[in-house]
Amino acid sequence: MASSPPIEVHDLTVAYRQKPVLWNVDFSLPEGELIGLVGPNGAGKSTLLKAIMGFLPLLSGYVRVYGKPFEQQRQFIGYVPQRESVDWDFPVSVLDVVNMGRFGHLPLIGGLKRTDKERARAALDQVGLADLAGRQISQLSGGQQQRVFLARALAQDATIYLMDEPFAGVDARTERAIVDLLKQLKADGKTVLAVHHDLHTVQEYFDWVMLLNLRLVRLGPTTEIFTEENLRVTYGGKLAILAEAAESLTRRTEV
Amino acid sequence: MVEWWDLTYRFFSFSDAAVRLVVAGTMLLGAAAGGLGTFVYLQKRSLVGDALAHAALPGVGLAFLILGEKQFLPLVVGAAVTAWLGGLAVDAVTRYTRLKLDAALGMVLSVFFGFGILILTHIQKGGYADQSGLAHFIFGKAAAMSPGDVTAIGVITLLLAVTLMVGFRHFKLVVFDPGFAASLGLPIRIWQFALTTLVVMAVTIGLQAVGVVLIAALLITPAAAARQWTDRLAPMIGLATAFGSLSGLLGAYISFLAPALPTGPWVVVVVSSIFAVSLLLAPNRGIVWRLLEFWGHRRKVSRDHILKALYRHGMDRGNWTDYYPRRAIAELWSFRPGELRSALGQLVANGSLERSGDMFRLTSAGIASGERITRLHRLWEVYLSRYLDLPSDHLHRDAEAMEHVISPELEAQLTDLLEHPTHDPHAQPIPYERAKGEAKDQAS
Repeated sequence: MASSPPIEVHDLTVAYRQKPVLWNVDFSLPEGELIGLVGPNGAGKSTLLKAIMGFLPLLSGYVRVYGKPFEQQRQFIGYVPQRESVDWDFPVSVLDVVNMGRFGHLPLIGGLKRTDKERARAALDQVGLADLAGRQISQLSGGQQQRVFLARALAQDATIYLMDEPFAGVDARTERAIVDLLKQLKADGKTVLAVHHDLHTVQEYFDWVMLLNLRLVRLGPTTEIFTEENLRVTYGGKLAILAEAAESLTRRTEV
Repeated sequence: MVEWWDLTYRFFSFSDAAVRLVVAGTMLLGAAAGGLGTFVYLQKRSLVGDALAHAALPGVGLAFLILGEKQFLPLVVGAAVTAWLGGLAVDAVTRYTRLKLDAALGMVLSVFFGFGILILTHIQKGGYADQSGLAHFIFGKAAAMSPGDVTAIGVITLLLAVTLMVGFRHFKLVVFDPGFAASLGLPIRIWQFALTTLVVMAVTIGLQAVGVVLIAALLITPAAAARQWTDRLAPMIGLATAFGSLSGLLGAYISFLAPALPTGPWVVVVVSSIFAVSLLLAPNRGIVWRLLEFWGHRRKVSRDHILKALYRHGMDRGNWTDYYPRRAIAELWSFRPGELRSALGQLVANGSLERSGDMFRLTSAGIASGERITRLHRLWEVYLSRYLDLPSDHLHRDAEAMEHVISPELEAQLTDLLEHPTHDPHAQPIPYERAKGEAKDQAS
C-alpha cells in the first residue's frame, strides 16, 4: 500500500448526457499533501471528485485508490460535498449529521455504537462546535454549517479527503478554523484534494496545486506550478475550441 | 341532540362491526400514508405522490378487465403496476428530454388518469356483472371495504412500518444528502427505488377508501403539519403517523354522523384542519407565535426609546433625579395609541422607572439600560462607518434598528473588534459601564 499513490487516475474521460466535461485526465496524487484543485467555473472540478468516487459513468479510463479499484477502498475516503447540495432545513441536529460520518463503519443493519458516538463528538469538538451538538442545522451560520460537514468527514476516519469548495461562503473565523484543520490533517499524514476558488490564498493554504480546465493543465508543488503563465493557460481563452466541440457533439447526439 | 349523542356513543363504542372495519381501514391507511409521506415531503416530491396516485387508476381497470371480477388484492397489484409505470415515465421524461419535473408530472398525471377514466367508462358500459363500485376508486368509498380488504391494508401497513424501521438510517441519509450517501457506497438509486415502491404501496391501499384524487393529501398534509411542531426526523414521522390516523378516525366518525357525505373527503378535511391549526399555533414556526414575537419586539422598541431618551436627558443635565410628566415622554417618540401607557406600565413593573402620580424617572437599573441602548447605537454607528464606509448621515437609521437586537455576546465581539472606541462618528461619547456607579450615587 505504501508504494501505491493514494489516488491514481488514468486517462479519465467523463460526460454528462453525452457532453464531455473532462477529457483524458491522467495523474497520481502524492501521499500526505494538501492539494488545491483550481480552475475556472465549469472546468469540471466537482465532476472530477465525483468521477473519482464513481458517481458518474466514465467514457474511458479508471481510478485506483492505493492501487485498487475505488469500490474496494471506500473506507479510506472522506468526502465533504458542497454546502449548497443539501437542504439545511432538514429536521436533523448537528450531531445527527456528524454521526452520518460513522455509517460507513456500520453493518447494513444496526445502529451506532458507543465508540461511534464518541468519535462523532470528538470530531465536532475538533471543529469547535461541541456546544451546538443539539441544534437543528438551519440555526447555524453558513460557516458553522461548513464546519459540520468537515466534522462529519473527520468522523469517517479516512486517510484521503475529497473536499468540494470547503472555503465557499464562510466567515473569516471559519476560514481560519479550516486552515488549521487542514494543517492538522497534513500533520497526521492525510492526503487532501480540495476544490478551491480564491486564487489569492492558494499559495498560502496548499502545498500542491492541480490546475484543471476540462483537461488537466498542471499538477505539482505550488511553488513550481502556480505561475502566471500556467494560470493564463488554465483560465485563458485557448479552450474555446474544445468547449465548442463538446457543445456541437451534444447537439448532435442528444435525443 | 339525543340522536347525535346516540350515534357518537355507537361509533366510539366500536360495537358495530361495520364501524370497526371502516375505522380500522382509514386509521391504518392514515398512519401508513402519514409516516411514509414524511420522506416524500422531505424529498420535495409532493406532487410525485399525486401523479403516482392518478397513474394507479388505469391499473385498477385493467386488472378488472383481465380477471373479470372485483377482488381487492389483484386490483391493488394492478394499481401498483401502473402507478409504477407512471413513476418510471416521470423519471424517463426528466432524464431524457429537456422537459422539467413539473411538465413531466403534469403530463403523466393527466395521461394516465385520462386512460384510467377511459377504461372505467368502457367497463361500465360493457355489461360486466361485478363492475359496480369500481368508480369508487376515483373518489373513494370507505364503507365499501370488506374484512379481507382491511386485513390486506393491515398487512401492507405492517410491512411498510418494518421496512421503514429497519432502513431508517439509510432512508434518512439518502434523503438528506444523496451525494454523501453515494460516497459511502450506498446504492442510492436502489434506496430511492425502494422508497418510491413503499409510496406506491401506501397509495394503492388507500385507493378504495380515499380514491386516487385525494390520496396525495393524506401523503403530504400530515408531514407538513408535523414539521411545524418538531425539528427532528423520528418525532416528525411519529407525529405525521398520529395525525394521519387521527384524521382517519375523525373522518370516519363525521361520515358516520352524516352518511350522505363520504369518508374520504372528510378525512382530507380533517387532516387539512390539523395542518391549519399547526400552521397557526405551532411554537417557533406558527404564525400566531411569530406575531406574538413581532408584537413583543415592537413593545421592546417602545420601552427602549423611553429609556434611551430619559437617559440622554439626564446626561445633558448631569443627573437623573427629575421626574418627567407623561405628556413630555409622549413627545419623545411617535407612540401608537395605548402603546405609551403599556410601555410605561411595563417599565415600572420591571423596575426601570419610578412613578409619582403621572410623573416618571429612571431608577439605577433604568439608567444602566438606557446607557446600554445608547452604547449599542453608537457602537453600531462606529462599526458601519468603519467597515462599510457609510457616510455619517446614513448611520442613524440602521443603528436605530440594531440597538434593540444586539445580544450581549455580539456586543462583546463588536467592542473587541472596534477596540473599545470612545466616540461615535458624530463625535458623541460612547458610554461604558462606568455610569453605573454614578447612577447609584445619584439615585440614593
